[in-house]
This record gives sequence, C-alpha cells and structure tokens, in this order.
Amino acid sequence: MSISAQNLCWSVGKINIVNDVSLSVPPGKVLGLLGPNGSGKSSLLRLLAGLRRPASGQVLLEGRDIQAIGRRALARRMALVEQHATTEANVRVRDVVTLGRIPHRSPLSGWTVVDEEAVIAALDRVGMWGRADRNWHSLSGGERQRVHLARALAQSPRELLLDEPTNHLDIQHQIALLKLVGELALTTVVALHDINHAAMFCDQLLVLDAGKVVAQGAPEDILSETLMRDVFRVEARIDSSPHHGRPHVHYLI
Amino acid sequence: MSTPARKTWEQAGLGLFFALGGLVLLVAIAAGTGIGEMPIPIETTFAAVTNRLGWTAIDLPPIQESVIWDYRLSRALVAACCGAGLAICGAVLQALLRNPLAEPYVLGISAGASTGAVGIIVLGVGAGTISLSAGAFAGAFAAFTFVAMLSNGGRGGPSKTILAGVAASQLFNALTSYIVTTSGNAQQARDVMFWLLGSFGGVRWPEFQLVLVVVAVGLLVCLYYARALDAFAFGDDAAASLGIPVGTVRLVLLGITAMMTATIVSMVGSIGFVGLVVPHAARFIVGHNHARLLPTCVVAGGIFMVLADIVSRVILPQQILPIGVVTALVGVPAFSIILYRAKGAA
Repeated sequence: MSISAQNLCWSVGKINIVNDVSLSVPPGKVLGLLGPNGSGKSSLLRLLAGLRRPASGQVLLEGRDIQAIGRRALARRMALVEQHATTEANVRVRDVVTLGRIPHRSPLSGWTVVDEEAVIAALDRVGMWGRADRNWHSLSGGERQRVHLARALAQSPRELLLDEPTNHLDIQHQIALLKLVGELALTTVVALHDINHAAMFCDQLLVLDAGKVVAQGAPEDILSETLMRDVFRVEARIDSSPHHGRPHVHYLI
Repeated sequence: MSTPARKTWEQAGLGLFFALGGLVLLVAIAAGTGIGEMPIPIETTFAAVTNRLGWTAIDLPPIQESVIWDYRLSRALVAACCGAGLAICGAVLQALLRNPLAEPYVLGISAGASTGAVGIIVLGVGAGTISLSAGAFAGAFAAFTFVAMLSNGGRGGPSKTILAGVAASQLFNALTSYIVTTSGNAQQARDVMFWLLGSFGGVRWPEFQLVLVVVAVGLLVCLYYARALDAFAFGDDAAASLGIPVGTVRLVLLGITAMMTATIVSMVGSIGFVGLVVPHAARFIVGHNHARLLPTCVVAGGIFMVLADIVSRVILPQQILPIGVVTALVGVPAFSIILYRAKGAA
C-alpha cells in the first residue's frame, strides 16, 4: 500500500471531525473522498498530509508512520493542492511553481538544472508553460488550479492529495483537470463534490458522513440509491452509463 | 526554451541593479555627511574620511574634520542602518503575517519601547542615554513577550498575532500617556515628544557599531529563511505542506524582527512608515522573491532614511525636525496609495 491510515481520529473541542477512519490506496490508484459539506473530507486530507496531528491512529506511507518521516522529507514525496489557495502577493506563475522545489533544496543551495527541469516539466504537464510569466492575479480560476497542480508536480511527489480541486471551475476545466490527475499515475486522494465525476475518474471511493466512513470500495459496488438517500439526502436512480461504463447518478425531484 | 540564457541575463541585471543601488547609497551617505548647518565641500568630506582611515594626510581645519568624522558620518551611517533594518522588518512581517499593512511597529514593539524610555525620562531613573536605551529595550522586550504569549508564540496564526500586537500597542501607549500626564512637567513632555517622533541627534560610533551588528545578523537570519518566506505566500498550510516548520520559522523571525526594531527604537526613537512603505516599493521593483527583496530593502531603506535625515536637518533654518515627521509626511501619501489599491484588489 502506498498510503494508508489506521483508525484516524481528530476533534475540535468535543466535536469529532474525523472519527475512526481507516483507508488504504494502492500505488498509482485514485481514491475519491465523497460526503456532504462538513463530513470531514478536508480535515481527513489535512491529517493525511501531516498538517494536523491525529488524536489517535496513524497515517502510513509504505508502512512508515508519517510522524517519523519528517516534514521536509514528507514534502519531497507527497504534495497537497488546497481548495482555492490564493495570495495577495504579486507573484508570477513561474514563482508559484518554483515553490514546489523548496523541499528539495537546502536553504543555501543554488538553483540547479534538475530544479529548472522539474519546473518546466510541471508547467508543461498542466499546459501552462506558455503562461509562465503571467501574473497570478491575471489568471482565471481554472488556470490558478492548474498552476497549483504544477507546483505540486514540481515537488516530484509519489502521493498527491487534492481538496475539491474542481470547485468553481467550468465543466470543461473540471473534466480536463480530473483527466489530467487520472493520467499522472500518482497515488492520489481527491476530495470531490460531484458524485458522477468521482465515479468516472476514481478507482476507489470512500464516503464520509459526520466524520465516519459509511462506505468504501469501487464506485459500482458502493454507489446505491440507499446511500444517496441516507448520506446525501437526495432521491436518485443509478445505472451504468452506456457511454463510459461507469455508474451514473440521476437525481429525482 | 531559452531559459538558461534568460537566467544569466536576469542575474547580470540584478548584479548591476545592486551595484547601482549600493553606489546611490554611498552617494547619499556622502551627501548626508556634507550637508548641514556648516556647509562642507564634498572634497573636504572625502579628505576627512580618508585622513581618519589613515590613507591620506591632507591638512584640514580640525573643526570641519571633527564635525564630519565625529558627528555627521556616524549619524549618516546609523540612519542608513536603521532604514535598512526597519525595511527588512517590514518585508518579513508583511510576508509572515500575510498582511500588506504590517510594519515593524505592528507588534507593539515601538509602544513598549516608548513606555520604557518615557519612564526613564519622566521618573528620572538612572541617568544619560545609556539608561534611556536600556529602558526602551526593556519596554520593547516586555511588549514582544506580551504579544508572543497572547498569540501562543506566533502559532495562533497571522490574525491573532496582529490582534495581539494591536492590544499591546494600546496598552503601552496608555501606560506612556499615564506616566506623562501624571508626573511630567512641560520640559519633560517636550523631551518625550521629541523622542517619540525619532531623532538621529546624539548618535555616535558606538551606536553605529551596535546597530550595524544587529541589522547584519538580522539580515543574515532573514536571508536564511528567504525561501520559507516565499512559501508563506499561500498561507500556513501551504507552507507546511512544502516542508516548512511553520511554527518555528514564525517564532524565530518574529523574535529577530523584534530584536532589530527594539534596538533601533531604543537608539533613535520610533520612526514610522519606513518599514511599511519601503518594502512595498522594493516589491514593485524586484518582485516577491525574498532572496532579492531583502537586499533591495536594505539598499532602498538605507537611501530613504539618509535622505529623510538630510531633509529633516535642512528644511527649517536653525532647527532640526524630528525625523518621524519627515518620514510620515512622505509615508502617509504612499500609505494611502497602498490602502486604495488594497481596496481595489479586494
């Protein structure tokens, strides 16, 4: 298992935000996190990224506790793309992607050919190479998300965590971004809102409700009308799409 | 992809830029040494300096030589160091607290230092400038400790640190007012007023040595964390996910900026707006990369402060304006522009 978690618990005050969550993602696979607002998706991602210390349980990378790995070593193999992180600072696209090389450089070492190649490759991968000198504030939401993904790729990660990366993007950019993430062949955990997108692009799904895992498995195995009713509080019918073969949710009114 | 050639060009341009900046700073310091109540020609100024350094033995009037070496040169150099130090502090705090309006005094340091210094002036504890500086430093340290405790050592996040700083400023300004109104006489109130607005009067070589060491150490520490400062652009979690030990970096940098500010304030009083305005101007020129921004702040802050000092000495005949008045008169319009633009961006 590339990334796994055992019995993770995390709470704020007396409220359990993440409650006894275990998961595992095989190398190169994409795990989708689903759940209503406030179900603990973002918190779970932060625990997996080592940004919060779990009250109990542990996160393992290839069997090693991430607490024992060290923050910088962790950043050299695992990258996080947050939900629209933005800045007041007047930075260029290239500057943002360059940030991804920080964990690979000691504070006094210079800029190497390897660093430069990683940045160029990352920009190229997300199709932003032609806009490397553009100012951050002149970018659209979709472009910003691609730049964040390029920054994450410049970290040369083996594991990638994404927190609702398609929020506020138009449908073309949503599909393009998820397709790109699927093609990266990195071990990926991605929190998503759109259940149909999750079913199309993820190998495995994990459904959270009030911090607890209510279902976990392949999309076609776990997406059901009961689940839609109990967890998402909507009436829906689910069938297999004749176009792409994955489950497709039809919402009823 | 023409990247390597482009890097070389960028580096060459940057080198030229810093060489030019350094030259302008030297010229400003020379002007600061030459201009004043007693006008001294630039060649005399130059000769006086080379004489004292033992390079030349040109015959000069002793008074002129003394004015240049003992009074004006040390003053200009202290001004340059203070300007540089305040600008570094401003740049670091703006990045660290993710707030374009952060400046060295946002942590309440200057208010604390003022309380300490005013306590010494009014209560008459000890005597002379040494005890004044010691009082100011103690006050600054008290304010910083207060802020650090209120904001959980900076781990409470940017907004908590700023709020703690506001609280500290209010508290210590109130204490200063209390001390002045309850026990001051008219002359003391005037002394306090002058001190609060900042002055380079009375600084000599020992002060230069101290401020040079403190600002140089501060600059090196901040440069060491230059990349961490870059990483703070997208927030604490983004920095942490890039492997930055966020809590440690914040505490170290808050501590080092507090030390620089306290040293400067205890020496020359609280000089406003340099730490706010210069980093913004520097960012406008070289961008957000702190490895470039911090040296630019050193040069620009130094030049700005030396020029402000010259203006404060020559604008009124027979009278020296508090330096804080000059920096504020230039700074407030610049501040207004920043505010206006910040509103436009939001």
